[in-house]
Amino acid sequence: MTVKEITGIIDGRVICCEERNSTSVEYAFASDLMSDVLTLEKENMVLITGLANLQAIRTAEMSDISCIIFARDKKIGEEIISLAKENNMILIESPHSLFYISGELYKAGIKSIY
Amino acid sequence: MQFRHKIAGGDFAKAGNVASSVKKILRQLNIDHTVTKRIVIALYEGEVNVVAHAYSGIIEVDIDEEKIQIKITDKGPGIADIEQAMEEGYSTATPQVREMGFGAGMGLSNMKRNSDSMKISSIPGEGTIVELTTYIKPDAR
Repeated sequence: MTVKEITGIIDGRVICCEERNSTSVEYAFASDLMSDVLTLEKENMVLITGLANLQAIRTAEMSDISCIIFARDKKIGEEIISLAKENNMILIESPHSLFYISGELYKAGIKSIY
Repeated sequence: MQFRHKIAGGDFAKAGNVASSVKKILRQLNIDHTVTKRIVIALYEGEVNVVAHAYSGIIEVDIDEEKIQIKITDKGPGIADIEQAMEEGYSTATPQVREMGFGAGMGLSNMKRNSDSMKISSIPGEGTIVELTTYIKPDAR
């Protein structure tokens, strides 16, 4: 599934690197705990999180995650967007909860890692 | 190839800067993608540990043809019981560290999992030294 399709399913708004929205995604992981994200070996995945800080971007950078969805309309600061831009990372804001986003993406065929 | 970086304790905005710059270097050197990922994850967790627990730290990175060695030396409270600190789930992190998405007691075990060897030595009240070695070609381990 492409990032563009995912954005539609979760009523999202792309706030960084929209030009990459044809990137395809197979897996998703939802967590606010970055150490847990850093244990994942899968790639081609999207991170769904409520953690709107620089460490979410750094964690995705180290884990080769190219797309992050921020749940519940978190305020994404300029510093976060500029670090994501540097790393060619797609950022999506969604008004929905982590649970709703996870459920809708699972229903649409995105696979769980564990 | 050797690099040396200073880290300030408590400076969460910069946590990950060293791991990010090392990642760019490893990519330029055409190091295997999976090996690079292991190294930068271990280094990033180590960097977060210094920012979260120590007053200051130094990260030294030494890259040769067969391996990458990372030495993280910090001035800080040290670790009284290293075995206990290695247990997954054990943490002394502050609420501020947890707000950053860390502090669940997974850092040291993540570092161990993502390196070929890890040594820790510490003097309580002075600081901690963590040494990580990872081989560039996985069969050289």
